[in-house]
Amino acid sequence: MRWKTAEISGWGRAIRARTDLARPERQRDLAALAAEGPACGMRRSYGDAALNAGGRAVEMTRLDRMLSFDAETGLLEVEAGARIGEIAAALAPGGWLPAVMPGTGFATVGGCIGMDVHGKNHHGDGSFGQHVAALTLATPDGPRRITPRTEPELFRATIGGLGQTGIIASAELQLTPKASDVIMVTERRVEDFDEHVATLEAAQATYVVGWIDATARGRSLGRGIVEEGETGRGLVPKRGKARRVPLDAPGWALSAPVVRVFNELYYLRVPAAGRTLVKPIGDFFFPLDRIHDWNRLYGKRGFHQFQCVLPLGCLAELRAIVEAVATSGLASPLAVLKRMGPGRAGHLSFPMEGWTLAVDFPNRTAAAPLIRRLIGKTVEAGGRIYFAKDSLADPAQMAAMYPELDDWRRIVDAADPERRMTTDLVRRLALRGAA
Amino acid sequence: MSTTWIILGGSSAMARAFARAVARQGGSVLLAGRDMDDLAATAADCRLRGAPLAEAVAFDARDPSGFGPILERLAALEGEVSAAVFTGSMPPQAEIDADPALIEGVLADSFTGPARFLQALAPMIEDRGRGTVVGVGSVAGDRGRLGNYVYGAAKAAFHTYLAGLRNRLGRSGGHVVTVKPGFVDTAMTWGLPGMFLVAAPDAVAASILRAVRRRRNVIYTPGFWLLIMLIIRHVPEPIFKKLKI
Repeated sequence: MRWKTAEISGWGRAIRARTDLARPERQRDLAALAAEGPACGMRRSYGDAALNAGGRAVEMTRLDRMLSFDAETGLLEVEAGARIGEIAAALAPGGWLPAVMPGTGFATVGGCIGMDVHGKNHHGDGSFGQHVAALTLATPDGPRRITPRTEPELFRATIGGLGQTGIIASAELQLTPKASDVIMVTERRVEDFDEHVATLEAAQATYVVGWIDATARGRSLGRGIVEEGETGRGLVPKRGKARRVPLDAPGWALSAPVVRVFNELYYLRVPAAGRTLVKPIGDFFFPLDRIHDWNRLYGKRGFHQFQCVLPLGCLAELRAIVEAVATSGLASPLAVLKRMGPGRAGHLSFPMEGWTLAVDFPNRTAAAPLIRRLIGKTVEAGGRIYFAKDSLADPAQMAAMYPELDDWRRIVDAADPERRMTTDLVRRLALRGAA
Repeated sequence: MSTTWIILGGSSAMARAFARAVARQGGSVLLAGRDMDDLAATAADCRLRGAPLAEAVAFDARDPSGFGPILERLAALEGEVSAAVFTGSMPPQAEIDADPALIEGVLADSFTGPARFLQALAPMIEDRGRGTVVGVGSVAGDRGRLGNYVYGAAKAAFHTYLAGLRNRLGRSGGHVVTVKPGFVDTAMTWGLPGMFLVAAPDAVAASILRAVRRRRNVIYTPGFWLLIMLIIRHVPEPIFKKLKI
């Protein structure tokens, strides 16, 4: 297998790393690569989760086939490099959807497992890993199939396991039966933090998410738009053509005044009385996928995303975080608030029952100190930050946020004793112990 | 009536992208090659993407004695039968210099194997009065150069063969599209130095299907390679022989 030396980055583009990449196109090539380094996929994690500076990684994007599907039970066997959006597009017309879909359809199945991702239905349907029936790890001796029954510990350490138990070759996913030609979306303005939280708490829909105007202060602090969606049958409206951001935007493109004006317009776009729309499902689940390379809007310095989850009772702490973001003047329009359920499937899974807030920050000088402060507040509140988004936390904060870290470490060290699967993120946070 | 594509070299990234594009449009595919596990995986994927029929069939360009069962399978199918040839191999020129016997394999993969198969398939297309042959050649076949002239020679021979086959099949309603890809992002080019403007296999597959629909004769894909090769073809030989491109 030929190796290609490339400078790669996560989706945030704030951290870059030179890595030697192999890209197998057939399953039988995987065995020879199984011990060479960690897997990477579409690199949609924002920070350094997919990076291995100075080392090797196996890019899985060409192993992206659906291998079998049982139309009675909804069990799909699929190669780990397959993208969630492709699976949804292929199987939705037959009445099936991935049970959990993250905010981008470009995420691979392997990445969704390694991060135990969640979607807009987390409050009801839990995390991605809860719908994985079995998975296959590549080993130098060939594929090894594991299930929650045959290898409960290894399976649990693999879900949300940041790829540390080995390269995931394929997975069996339990899809969910859903008439899903289209999605009916109700959008409603919420005028402040209290109304926002109360509306999310009261929402009954399967898919719920709140957009938050992270520049609004004072009486309007925490205002936004709550979206509720239900899939259904019907004529599919035309989907707009995908566009591409052709070059890195200049620094002022997302400066504070521009973002304030944009957010005002975005907020007022929804009528005061709210509205209901019928959309193609992709427009609702993956709203930004139609703008290819949208991360270039943040310019060549890239951006950071801060995502935390705080326990249910921590509304005051959540409000303080929103306030710190709003007064910083650093936020971008991309900010999301969601009520999470308890569902999680791995030792290092992010979700906990409570409130999750995600905010993008252009990588300006003041951004990193602010995010570090927010991470500190999160730890104090007994919350967590999300490995898929993080690039700034430090090792001391991990044990408090992830109490099962020691159990995970023990299982992972047995599966990968020579630590061949470590990534920049795992080393930065000393997740597998001191180096 | 539906179309069935027999795809030679079905494990290549371009062939896989092409098979999927056919499947999404509701066409059937027979994926022919040597790695049966891999072909079976692609076939399953094509069925789930909409192909009414997708099967893996054993094919080795270097062993024409094994072509019979594929042709019988095709003869048993109703409707239009079309063929797309993605076979080819490109060992480094230095390895060929060290072992000239490698030339035969390169010729078999890129020219004689597919030509023998298409020669046997041609009467079926003539009988049915329709069907398209897509032959994937290469810009390397447009001019012999230092870096890969054996591969280039095999592709040049294939181009000439396809032109003749087009001349023949056009008389009975069939058609032949010669495809000359530039650099495509496949295992063959992965990590090679000097690659630029590398095209995604999906984009190449889409341009091939567009060419089939429009009954184009020869296409370069991506299209700008037409200009690049126009220049390269017209560099006078006294100068060209001194270039290292």
